[in-house]
Amino acid sequence: MTIFLTIAVVVLIFIVIFQIAKASEYVSILKGDDISRKQNNKINGFLMVVFLILGLIGVWYCNKLYFGKTLLAVDAASVEGARVDSMLWITLAVTGIVFIGTQIILFWFAYKYQEKDNRKVFYFAHSNKLEAIWTVIPALVLTVLVIIGLRNWFLFTGEPPKDAMVVEITGKQFGWIYRYPGKDGAFGKKYYKNIDPATNTLGILWEDELAHDDLINEQSMVLVKGRPVKLIIGSRDVIHDVGLPHFRLKMDAVPGIPTTMWFTPKYTTKEMKEMTNNPNFIYEISCDQMCGNGHYSMKGIIDVVDQEEYDVWIAKQKPQYLVTFPDKDPSNAQSADTTKLAVKPVETATKTIAKL
Amino acid sequence: MSNEAVLHPHSVAATHEGHGVHHEHHHHETFISKYVFSQDHKMIAKQFLITGMVWAVLGGLMSVLFRLQLGYPDSSFPWLEDILGKWAKGGHITPEAYYALVTTHGTVLVFFVLTAGLSGTFANFLIPLQIGARDMASPFLNMLSYWFFFAASIVMLSSIFVETGPFSGGWTAYPPLSALGDASPGSKTGMDLWIVSMALFVVSSLLGGLNYIATILNMRTKGMSMTRLPLTIWALFFTAVLGVLSFPVLLSGFILLIFDRNFGTSFYLSDIYINGVGALPNEGGSAILFQHLFWFLGHPEVYIILLPAMGMVSEILSVNSRKPIFGYMAMIGSLFAIAILAFLVWAHHMFVTGLNPLLGSVFVLLTLLIAVPSAIKVFNWLTTLWRGNIRFTSGMLFAIGFVSLFISGGLTGIWLGNSALDIHLHDTYFVVAHFHIVMGVASMFGMFAGIYHWFPKMYGRYLNNTLGYIHFWVTIAGAYMIFWPMHYEGLAGMPRRYYDYSIWESFKQFVELNRFISLVSMIVFAVQLLFLFNFFYSIFKGRKVTSLNPWSANTLEWTTPLRPGHGNWPGEIPEVHRWPYDYGKDGQDFISQTTPVGEEESHH
Repeated sequence: MTIFLTIAVVVLIFIVIFQIAKASEYVSILKGDDISRKQNNKINGFLMVVFLILGLIGVWYCNKLYFGKTLLAVDAASVEGARVDSMLWITLAVTGIVFIGTQIILFWFAYKYQEKDNRKVFYFAHSNKLEAIWTVIPALVLTVLVIIGLRNWFLFTGEPPKDAMVVEITGKQFGWIYRYPGKDGAFGKKYYKNIDPATNTLGILWEDELAHDDLINEQSMVLVKGRPVKLIIGSRDVIHDVGLPHFRLKMDAVPGIPTTMWFTPKYTTKEMKEMTNNPNFIYEISCDQMCGNGHYSMKGIIDVVDQEEYDVWIAKQKPQYLVTFPDKDPSNAQSADTTKLAVKPVETATKTIAKL
Repeated sequence: MSNEAVLHPHSVAATHEGHGVHHEHHHHETFISKYVFSQDHKMIAKQFLITGMVWAVLGGLMSVLFRLQLGYPDSSFPWLEDILGKWAKGGHITPEAYYALVTTHGTVLVFFVLTAGLSGTFANFLIPLQIGARDMASPFLNMLSYWFFFAASIVMLSSIFVETGPFSGGWTAYPPLSALGDASPGSKTGMDLWIVSMALFVVSSLLGGLNYIATILNMRTKGMSMTRLPLTIWALFFTAVLGVLSFPVLLSGFILLIFDRNFGTSFYLSDIYINGVGALPNEGGSAILFQHLFWFLGHPEVYIILLPAMGMVSEILSVNSRKPIFGYMAMIGSLFAIAILAFLVWAHHMFVTGLNPLLGSVFVLLTLLIAVPSAIKVFNWLTTLWRGNIRFTSGMLFAIGFVSLFISGGLTGIWLGNSALDIHLHDTYFVVAHFHIVMGVASMFGMFAGIYHWFPKMYGRYLNNTLGYIHFWVTIAGAYMIFWPMHYEGLAGMPRRYYDYSIWESFKQFVELNRFISLVSMIVFAVQLLFLFNFFYSIFKGRKVTSLNPWSANTLEWTTPLRPGHGNWPGEIPEVHRWPYDYGKDGQDFISQTTPVGEEESHH
């Protein structure tokens, strides 16, 4: 019923507007085209200034309402993200000045040079000087922006620091699988035809001994505050994207073509809860590439902790190999405490960076 | 070249009518040959325009429907189920339907409305009229161009009604999602129809584009040198060149996709395991290859959409400022620069695909270079207004609105073109805001400007002014209210193409804003219906045009009769003696292109 009422009201409004419009057309014919055109011109010229002023107020008001809800209200959560933010502010300053300047000029000119009977227009077809000015100045400003941008770009896409930890993240419809290389610091080989949704979600080749200590989970990626992390990103089916809004980075997950991304978390999840005044804060991984009907729900979680907490967590993890083949688990055979096995320190292999 | 063509005016229309000069002879036109399979460029233009309008309404309605979901995710609208059936069970749009709506909205608006509806309409209408030709180089191919578009429309429309739904993987149709029906129901029959429709569309735009280029290069009237062409024609020329060079690449990409979908090849597929299906045999393909092929068209496509609007806006600003366009040669030069650069920036859509960083940096440089010709255009438009004597016709209002929107949307391009910022903002609402303002709404404004300005020439009547003013002010205010706040959502990292944000701790804070945006988009949509009413009403009942040249413009189309027949000029095609922008020269309000240069006239 309400829908019919709404339609009826809209149609009525249309009819009223149309009648007014039609009437004004008749009036303008009666008054003469010239006079009515000049009247309309004045109204529209005035509206140009009104729009400019209301528009600028709107821009300010929108900022007031929503700035606090953007990521910029709180520090970037990664060292690299802070560089993105500072670059963003510089770009905002440059484009903001141009935006306000040109919009004021546009609507002010429209108002100021509206038709007047006694005005003689200025026949001004070109000026090499002016055109040179507004070719060169934008080019110079853009050069600066490009230089800042590319320095950051090469940093972000370059090699991670040597002490970076490595985590593999694999997208699938609609979730994420995380893999840690384990004590040997190297990932075991995998092949997609080995994938079995129940027992082998990544298609690990268990013959490869490097795989035997790999840790796999689908709950969350645990990272260490202040320690660079390199993500090796893959996909099991369609293209996904590891979107990390708080760290200001993202990278596609492409089936068949592994990609990488690295960053240095700056704040633990706990610290971010305090900084954002949001006790429910979590670092979310959002899939940023359309991947099917469940795209909007493809959420991952990153937990940033300090080193001690991380050590405790990693010690509790059981290699997937042993989960898959319980009979190979020495702790099962001896029915001993499983955590003991994982705690055993292995130092030699941690420096090895995973081979793909 | 041009003179030759004119000295021997064997234009097609002339041979068609028997004798070029023998204009009184009315050859028998049936309803079919006049309104349906017409070969008159003016009628074909109207066909493109009205088909484009139908699609604009459908595409706009789709956006209203999915905005309903975004603005009111918790409410249920039982009437939706009445319309959409299983796609809105219980009055809730399902995710399948949501993604299908988003995808079809994008495809339809980009290709059917802003490519066919915009350059199809105005290239057809204006090229012969403004260069002084009786028709296109090949009126028959021109007619085919429309009917291929019509066929594409029908196929696209039919995809909405198939059991598994229309394609739902986004208008960019990235494989593997678009290649695998098992990955998404929309990629089944719906995708087959989508791809057939797009292939037909490519044929249509190639036929059109080749025709436009041939006509502009060969059929200009006597005296109409390239540097005397109105900027509309220059813009439409570059648009056609872009289309002809880039659409075939898109088609090749689609053909490989068809092979992957149906014939077991692995161009785009490798290492894929689909839930519930298992591992696929395909190995060795590259999903990224499609993106290169797609964006090699996809980016020029942005300029295919934008350049005609730029051209028309240049013309309309100059006419209604009663002042020459500032920097005519710089305007052509910047159009040329944009057209060249359009081919060299496609990979800026792919910064986060794992692209080689060095390659990425080249694309950053080339992308930001586009800002230079764009800045030239903006400053030239502003200078055109400076010390003019501005008449705010509805067309002029939309032209000014275009400049405003182009500035706003263009500036955020400087953010996104810089890869180190794109790595943060890519695929967020910041991008949605950016391209809707600069490409969507701005080009739409250019199109409205063109419709208001040339409507008197199309139908011999005026559109209602008051409705035009209401249309403009509500639309520009509404467009900013819809898309400006989206920048803030983007700066919160909010991804695009999400059906529901409520499960996300990081993005759920914009419930009220989303509702506001949805509400405004409905109002703006309603006002577009008002415009359409004005359009169709005025075709039949609008105030009649009494003056041959209602805007006191210089260009050739205003030297034709009030309702020009096929062939445009009843007698000889007028000769051109000057550039089209002699407004306010030597104290004269305007000097038509057909007026010979006087002895005492000053040089510009």
